[in-house]
Amino acid sequence: MAKVLMKGNEAIAEAALKAGATNYFCYPITPQTEVAEYLSRRMPEVGGVFLQGESELAVANMLFGASSTGKRVFTTSSSPGISLMQEAISYMAGAQLPAVIVNIMRGGPGLGGILPAQADYFQAVKTGGHGDYRVLVLAPSTIQEAVDLMMLAFHLADKYRNPVMMIADGMIGQMMEPVEFPEKYEEPPLPPKTWAATGAKGRDPIIIKSLYLDPNLLEKNNDILHDKYERMKKEEVRFEKYKISPKNEILLVAFGSMARICQTAIDELEKERISVGLFRPISLFPFPEKAVLDEVSKKNIGNVLVVEMSSAQMFEDVDRAAKGKKPISFYGRTGGIVPSPEDVSEQIKKLVAKRKPKTGKKAGGRK
Amino acid sequence: MPGVTIDKNHCKGCELCVKACPQQVLGMSKQIGLKGYFYAELVDGSRCIGCRICAVVCPDVAIEVHTHGTSFVLFDY
Amino acid sequence: MKEAEQTIFARPESLTEAVTHYCPGCTHGVVHRMVAEVLDSLGVRERALGVAPVGCSVLAYNYFNCDFLEAPHGRAPALATGFKRLRPDMIVFTYQGDGDLASIGMSEIIHSANRGEKFTTIFINNAVYGMTGGQMAPTTLEGQITTTCPSGRNVAQTGQPIRVVELLSGLVTPAYLERVSVHTPRHIIQAKRAVRKAFRYQIEERCFSLIEVLSTCPTNWGKTPEEAVAWVEEALIPYYPLGCRKDPGQKESTDEAV
Repeated sequence: MAKVLMKGNEAIAEAALKAGATNYFCYPITPQTEVAEYLSRRMPEVGGVFLQGESELAVANMLFGASSTGKRVFTTSSSPGISLMQEAISYMAGAQLPAVIVNIMRGGPGLGGILPAQADYFQAVKTGGHGDYRVLVLAPSTIQEAVDLMMLAFHLADKYRNPVMMIADGMIGQMMEPVEFPEKYEEPPLPPKTWAATGAKGRDPIIIKSLYLDPNLLEKNNDILHDKYERMKKEEVRFEKYKISPKNEILLVAFGSMARICQTAIDELEKERISVGLFRPISLFPFPEKAVLDEVSKKNIGNVLVVEMSSAQMFEDVDRAAKGKKPISFYGRTGGIVPSPEDVSEQIKKLVAKRKPKTGKKAGGRK
Repeated sequence: MPGVTIDKNHCKGCELCVKACPQQVLGMSKQIGLKGYFYAELVDGSRCIGCRICAVVCPDVAIEVHTHGTSFVLFDY
Repeated sequence: MKEAEQTIFARPESLTEAVTHYCPGCTHGVVHRMVAEVLDSLGVRERALGVAPVGCSVLAYNYFNCDFLEAPHGRAPALATGFKRLRPDMIVFTYQGDGDLASIGMSEIIHSANRGEKFTTIFINNAVYGMTGGQMAPTTLEGQITTTCPSGRNVAQTGQPIRVVELLSGLVTPAYLERVSVHTPRHIIQAKRAVRKAFRYQIEERCFSLIEVLSTCPTNWGKTPEEAVAWVEEALIPYYPLGCRKDPGQKESTDEAV
């Protein structure tokens, strides 16, 4: 299909429809309300279900009920709203229910602000609900990628029978970019949803629950979940590299819109013959640990700089993955302030300067 | 001749049926069921009129009511 | 020729063989059987979907022969909404206690009723939190002793008990709302009629329906089963009058006591 100029929020909505997800529950919250407004028009056209609930908490529980039918369901919200959904997400993981939840992040904590941020990394990646469960987390950096990952999210949610989150900051929600949609989302085959509650006709009743009062049964359920998360770590790691080469002295690690800003900084620095590469995780869980370690271990890399619109959350995973191979530093702004390419370049130049004090003194001389 | 059968292992000995029976034909056994409750039992089957009130009040569906031919249908339930 | 023996009362097909975990004399069991009998008589067991709450009836899914979902505390109406919206052809019901529905889940039940969601709610009001050992609930009566109001509920501090059916009847959206009791055979028979009417309204896609059932809690009331059913008559019914508060079928009915 031809490219069309579209706002991120609306592109995400349309992508869901392309993936056959025509059941949407929502609650208004800046900066993603356009998804709901768009779908309130589109859903009737495709004969889907659109319902605005009384709170994000109720909406997430509607998702649990709707997902139990076996149909594809999703919701979108922003940071404070996603906090209200955490309990239901834990229940959906425990009951092995697929669902897609999109978080168009804004500055926090508390009511915070409405400008873009990435400060919900921990909430998504380490999970904000109770119990041993994980949620597969995808992070787009362009609106086209948001469309592609949104469709993929529904496939992965069904493949693993687990909630999948797509997190993007407010810019991706609010920006307009040309995007292209497939006629229909082509995806590998999936097993039939024999687990869905379709009415106990000719079979024993199906009970969709996360309650196991017997600790052995609850542990068994946790083991089933754990195995899925191990499988995700093997099969669903996604990342992208930008201008990574043996000439790089600095490696940047950033995700979402922050990564695009870093790309501009890298291009600018290239003109000043400072070679910097970027590693961009796309799947935040499963985190690309091995790939980060491989990049960081390269001899040419002197420093690693993690750049986020938060106060160092993904930084902890990068630090853990790097296993101390190289010094890792962090640069970030919060509150909705979006660092410019110049801000990033300035940080890189400081690192480069620190590494080469060529003026006469031997590097690392006693002082 | 109407009558009731009481499942000793479903009955929890709450005695609601004994109190509700208009013919007072039910009583509590001296024996206990699997869960250790004294269960209800038919004390005088000949006076049972098959009215089903005992089964209606039973919280544990422990009582089945049978009848041959006519029985008193006091209510439709 | 001796007449063949005829069974005139037996376990409904929609109720499993399981021995319930409910305390002796707890009328949850009566309501479970009643709902199952209605599912049988209306022939909808095979397209029924129950939503269990958190509370004494959290294990309700072990006792019904139909598909079931388990909701987080208070959220059963939201699960039912989500399910019913995608499967309007299925008969959906939530089974909730007073802590689940009238405390943590109040927002969900009010908004589900106000949207006119076409599912049925069986609301068990026994004036305490049963499963957790008898704490004060929104429906606990003034002066009633519970483990969290040991000297009796002080309404000056905790407010008056909530009459859910009356509260919901204030909504403009049509609904069928009735309060019944199961403390005597007569009341059980009338309660079953109300439950049946509620499910029939759902089958006819008429409106949201909620049946509030005054129920006993011998263990946490500190009474024998017999004393408990008597207490329903003496204490609960005077504060929670029985009767239909709202019925799309008839003119708005006033306090037509049963």
